[in-house]
Amino acid sequence: MQAYLDQLIKDGAFAGVPRELVYAVAMVLAAFVVLSVFVAPLAGVTSWLERRVWARMQSRVGPNRVGPQGILQWLADGIKNLLKEDLIPSAADAKLFSLAPYVVFMGFLCTFVVIPFGGNLIVADLNIGIFYILGVTSLVVVGILMAGWASNNKWSLLGGMRSAAQIVSYEIPAGLAILTIVFLAGTMSMQGIIKAQGWGPWDWFLFHNPFTFAAFFLYFTAALAEGNRTPFDIPEAESELVAGYVTEYSGMRFLFFFFAEWGNLYVIGSVATTLFLGGWQVPPLWIFDNNPVLLGIAQFVTFFLKAYLWVFVAMWVRATLPRVRVDQLMALCWKYMVPLAFVCMLGTIGFLFVPDDVRRVISAATLGFAIAVAIVFFLRVAFQIRHARPELYWKPHI
Amino acid sequence: MNVASYAKDICQAIASTFEGMSITFSHLIRRPMTIQYPDKIPVPIQETLPLRYRGILEVDMDICTGCLACERDCPITCITIGIEMNKETKQRQFTHFDIDVCKCMYCGLCSEACPTGAIRHSQEFEGASYNPAGLVRHFAPQPQNLYKPKKGGETDPKLVTKVDIGLKYLDEFATPDGGGAAAEEGKQP
Repeated sequence: MQAYLDQLIKDGAFAGVPRELVYAVAMVLAAFVVLSVFVAPLAGVTSWLERRVWARMQSRVGPNRVGPQGILQWLADGIKNLLKEDLIPSAADAKLFSLAPYVVFMGFLCTFVVIPFGGNLIVADLNIGIFYILGVTSLVVVGILMAGWASNNKWSLLGGMRSAAQIVSYEIPAGLAILTIVFLAGTMSMQGIIKAQGWGPWDWFLFHNPFTFAAFFLYFTAALAEGNRTPFDIPEAESELVAGYVTEYSGMRFLFFFFAEWGNLYVIGSVATTLFLGGWQVPPLWIFDNNPVLLGIAQFVTFFLKAYLWVFVAMWVRATLPRVRVDQLMALCWKYMVPLAFVCMLGTIGFLFVPDDVRRVISAATLGFAIAVAIVFFLRVAFQIRHARPELYWKPHI
Repeated sequence: MNVASYAKDICQAIASTFEGMSITFSHLIRRPMTIQYPDKIPVPIQETLPLRYRGILEVDMDICTGCLACERDCPITCITIGIEMNKETKQRQFTHFDIDVCKCMYCGLCSEACPTGAIRHSQEFEGASYNPAGLVRHFAPQPQNLYKPKKGGETDPKLVTKVDIGLKYLDEFATPDGGGAAAEEGKQP
C-alpha cells in the first residue's frame, strides 16, 4: 500500500500536502475500512453462523427470525448491546476496567495488518509477518488479565489468571508448529510463505511431509486454546466461573470481548491457510492473463474460503468436545503438545536434507493418507446415519 | 507413564475426537427436533394435543343441567353459577356461568362430577389477556334455560350429538378409575 501511496504522491495527487499527513490519513482510512467493511460484518456473521451450525449439530434450529434465516441477528444483538447501560462496578479500577476491552480488541485487530487476502491485497507485507502475529496476539493476554484484575471480582480474577496461564503455555506449541513452516519457506513474510507453496494440494506445506501434517493439527489445537475457544474455554467456564473475566462487563464493552473472539476465529483460519494451505494461490488459468482484477477476486475468494473452512471446523469442534479441566489443559499442552511439536520441528529439519525426488514421493503418500482419512471419515458419517436411522433434512435453511 | 501408554493416550484422543466429530457432522443433515411454535408449523398445535390434555375449561351450555355439582366440587371456587326462576316462562334459567381461568388449577374435579359431561377440558391453552377480567370466561352471556334430561334418552336431533359427546367424554376420560377398563371389569361379576 505504501508503494501505491508513494506513486500517487509522485504523480502530484496531493500537491502541497505534507507527506506525513497523507500517510496518517491513509492509515486511519485503511483501519476504518478494514474494521467497518470487513472485520465487523465478518465477526457478526460468524457469530450468527456459529449459532446456526451449532444448533443444527444439536438437533435445534438456531436464530432464524431476524432477516432471512436470521442473518441479521448480529445487527440486532449489536444494537441491543449498544443501547444497554454501561456499568462500571464501584469497587472496580475504573480506568483499567474501561481500557481492557480495547486492549483485547487491538491485539486481535492488529493481526489484520499482515493477513494476505490476495496477491496485492495486504496492508503491509512485513518481513517478520508471522512473528508479528505471534507478538500482537500476546497483547490479548494483557487485556484479559487487565479485565480480570480490574473487575475486583474473584471469578474475574480466576478467569484472567487461567487465561494468562493458558495463552502463555499454548504459545509454545503454536510457535514451534509455525517454526516448521518458517524452516521450509526460509522466510517469515506472509507473502513469502505463500509464494513458497503452489496452488495444488501437492505443493502445500500441509502435505510437504508427515511432520508438517502433524504440525498443522498441533497449530490448530493450540490456536483454538489461544483464542479461548471450546474445548479450551476454561477462562470463561460458565459452570465454575460464571463468565470468567467478562463477569462484570455489560453492554458494548462486553461485546468487544466477543467481537475479538469471533474475529479471532477468522485470524486463526487465515494464518493456518497462509502457513499450510497455500494461501491465495490459484491455478494459472488463461482467463487470468491480462485481467488483474479477476485474478485479485479469485485470489481473495480462494483465501476466504480456505480460511472460513477452518472457522467452520472450529465451530464443529465446539459442538463436539466437552470442556477440559485446568489440569487436563496444562497436561495436554506440556506433556503432549510441546514434545510432539519438538518432534515435528526436528523431523522437518531432517526433511530439509532429503533429496527432492524422494521428498515428492513422501508428499504424495501424505496426501494419500489425508484423502484416506477423509474417506474413512465420510464412511463413519454414513454409518452414524444408518445406525440412528434419523429423519434426514438436507437443506441448510429451516 | 511409559512410552506405550503415552502413545495409547494420543491414539485414543485422536480416535475419540474423530468419532465424535463424525457423529456431530451427521447431525447436520438430520431434521431438527424443534417445533417452531406458534408459526412455521403445518397444523395448529392445539390439534396435535392428546384428547386427555387438560386445557382451559369449556362448557356446553346446551346440555348443562344446572346441578351445581361442578361449583361445589371446585376446590378454589373458580366456577360461579347463578340460577333464578323466570317469572314469565315459569322456568329456571342461568343468569351467569363464569369460570375464572386465572384461578383454575386444572385439577379436573368439575368434569368428573358433571352428570352430562357438559363441562370438560379443551385442547386450548393460550389464555393470554391484557387484564385479569379478560380471563373470566362467560358461558351464559344472556339468560338461558337449563337442560332437562328426558327419560328414555334424548330425542331432539340438535342435542343428540352433544349429549353423546358429553357422555363419551365422561366414559373415557372423566371417571376417577380410568373409564373404559373399569366399566368392562364391572360387567364381569
